[in-house]
Amino acid sequence: MKTVYLKFMKRFIPASLVLFIAIAACERSVDGLSEPTFTENPIVFADGFSSGLEYYPFSGTKLNAFSVDNQSTYGNSSASMRFDVPNYGDPSGAFAGAFFRDDNGGRNLSSYNALTFYIKASTASTISEIGFGLNGEGDKYRVGISGGLRVATFWQKVVIPIPDASKLTQEKGMFWYSTGPVDGNGYSFWIDELKFENLGSIGQSRPYIEGGNDSNSSVFEGQDYSVNNVGVTFNVADLGDISVSASSSYFNFISTDPTVAAINADGSVSIIGGGTATITAVLNGVAATGSVAITSIALAPEPTRDAANVISVFSDKYVNSPVDYFNGYWAPYQTTKGQDDIDVNGNKVIKYSELNFVGIEFQGDKTIDASTMTHFHVDIYVEDSLKAGDYLDVKLQDLGVDNIFGGNNDRAGTVRLTASSSPSLINGGWISADLALTRFAGLSTKSNLAQIVFISDGKIANVLIDNMYFYKE
Amino acid sequence: MKKQLSLIFIFFATILVQNGCQKEDDEGSRYTKLVWQDEFDVDGSVSTERWAFDIGTGAEIGLPGWGNNELQYYSDRSENIQIKDGNLEITARRESYNGSSYTSAKIHTKGIFQTTFGRFEARIKLPFGQGIWPAFWLLGDDSNGTVVWPAIGEIDIMEYRGQQPTIIHGTIHGPGYSGGNGVTDSYALSNGRFDSDFYVFAVEWGPDYIEYYVNDILYNKITPKDANGEWVFNDNEFYIILNMAVGGTFLGPPNSSTPFPQTMFVDYVRVYSE
Repeated sequence: MKTVYLKFMKRFIPASLVLFIAIAACERSVDGLSEPTFTENPIVFADGFSSGLEYYPFSGTKLNAFSVDNQSTYGNSSASMRFDVPNYGDPSGAFAGAFFRDDNGGRNLSSYNALTFYIKASTASTISEIGFGLNGEGDKYRVGISGGLRVATFWQKVVIPIPDASKLTQEKGMFWYSTGPVDGNGYSFWIDELKFENLGSIGQSRPYIEGGNDSNSSVFEGQDYSVNNVGVTFNVADLGDISVSASSSYFNFISTDPTVAAINADGSVSIIGGGTATITAVLNGVAATGSVAITSIALAPEPTRDAANVISVFSDKYVNSPVDYFNGYWAPYQTTKGQDDIDVNGNKVIKYSELNFVGIEFQGDKTIDASTMTHFHVDIYVEDSLKAGDYLDVKLQDLGVDNIFGGNNDRAGTVRLTASSSPSLINGGWISADLALTRFAGLSTKSNLAQIVFISDGKIANVLIDNMYFYKE
Repeated sequence: MKKQLSLIFIFFATILVQNGCQKEDDEGSRYTKLVWQDEFDVDGSVSTERWAFDIGTGAEIGLPGWGNNELQYYSDRSENIQIKDGNLEITARRESYNGSSYTSAKIHTKGIFQTTFGRFEARIKLPFGQGIWPAFWLLGDDSNGTVVWPAIGEIDIMEYRGQQPTIIHGTIHGPGYSGGNGVTDSYALSNGRFDSDFYVFAVEWGPDYIEYYVNDILYNKITPKDANGEWVFNDNEFYIILNMAVGGTFLGPPNSSTPFPQTMFVDYVRVYSE
């Protein structure tokens, strides 16, 4: 450890001395320079572990994948880092992966602009994930090479640019990687001269969010939205363009309407009001390409009817009658996906996508006796724009007195909802359908109700459903 | 070691200049009298008292692609050329315009300011990207068309391939040494990029010599013995050209990874005589 430190000092003292003299010759005072709180030691691994560095393998990995190698080193260094990626099926671990953390409290990396190292492998391969800023303590400033790192069988220099080094005044995550076998075969790779540098060859910061695309997203009020596919492409002279994925924490996000979409300190977006807002971002003064237009979806109005007059199938207000499923995935013609899997802070919502038809079933001892009920209630939110002829049918199925499908006493009725029905379907908002059971022509029995079925023309493909219940007035 | 020393020297010089303490002594420079300049200090359009525009693809004057298979249409629109925040901005864009796929701009001082010998310098931050070809150069007067290139002489103070952001080139062209056979040398930054900061590109041109400088570092001196033909730089008057080409035989066309638009920022152009 001492050797490394001395070597480093020898190399750098003369340059900093010159710098100091130059500044001192020009400026009268150097007051105000404060000592950095954390070490600026740029070395992660040169001839051995740098001071404070500890090794943390990921769970499920081959725990002894990492070793210090004195044979295969870059240049004439005395040691390199060796990583052994296991074969497929290796009982010691399915892949190799770890992070290396500075456990002396972290380092101030703000004067560098890249993590650099030399790498070679026993066979040409792509290391899936490799970067810095992963520290097991929130990974606030995590960075990884986009698309993995291609490695050859000879030593090559790798440069991983820092998106905005001014953020890294106390970073513990010095280095991390994660990768698996190639075509089932394990292999080894070596890394040497792993350190942070300030390279003049890095330029042309081109940040992006949402992969550089202008995307759209619908988010429930009360939910958070994480901006996707965030990163930055740099140009490194002689190496070409290098893209890294980056944590949102490197970016400053801007909302066109903070009363709809508010930006949190960690870069996530909280949807707090109705309407739409577009999110853009800036990295270190450079506007990112890409944006996301967020449409806020309010929750359906909360039911107000007295529970004594209600038999509920799906709501957060009432005790629900049990069901077999909210989507039967009926083969072979059903395309509809989705069920009761959206939970907005305890408020469950059903989202059906690619809707053509879908059934909610409650058979046997779960059938509902709605003989004393007068209405069926359902809240519906159509995400698609409505065209002439579009419809959504609500069908109720009763099994008759024998309480089984078939037997000539099954009865069903359907109410068709359109843009001109009562109530009328709308795009981008909830409607509350209070459908008198008398409107379900053909539903002459209703003591063994077993299905609620939604049927669309296929054009209404994305529908949110909430608060399904029978009630009596 | 040499490299390290010169690096330290650059750093030292930069700090001195930036802090405005004292200017580095231009050792040996005989050209100290400022005779022509444009500081680009007034936002807006380029002064037509100092500059003229070349417009089009070169086909207008029988030279399609400006003789180099260049792809741009030169315009004088503010989208392509303007003065902003104290700099001349020449901007290349990927857009369909008058039959071309790219637009850019080119200005010169032909018939406005021409001279023989002196120090010609410009402080420039260069653009980036495959197929982007900015230049700061001088061309000899053609005596109303009676003398043709390369006999008129050409002094390329700075040329640059956008895909090589650390290297600039300085070249002269004359009869017997033109096109790919020009007398040329390159200057490479070992720890910096021409698209990250401003650099001063200059020639000091006198009888039987042309010296090439980047930030006052002399990196090449060309004399008649270097030229494989007649030296045409001792009596003709030369004028200044600033332009940014897109594509061309010198560097190839842009590709899908070339970011557009690209802007060359020129802080000033100055000419000194004895």
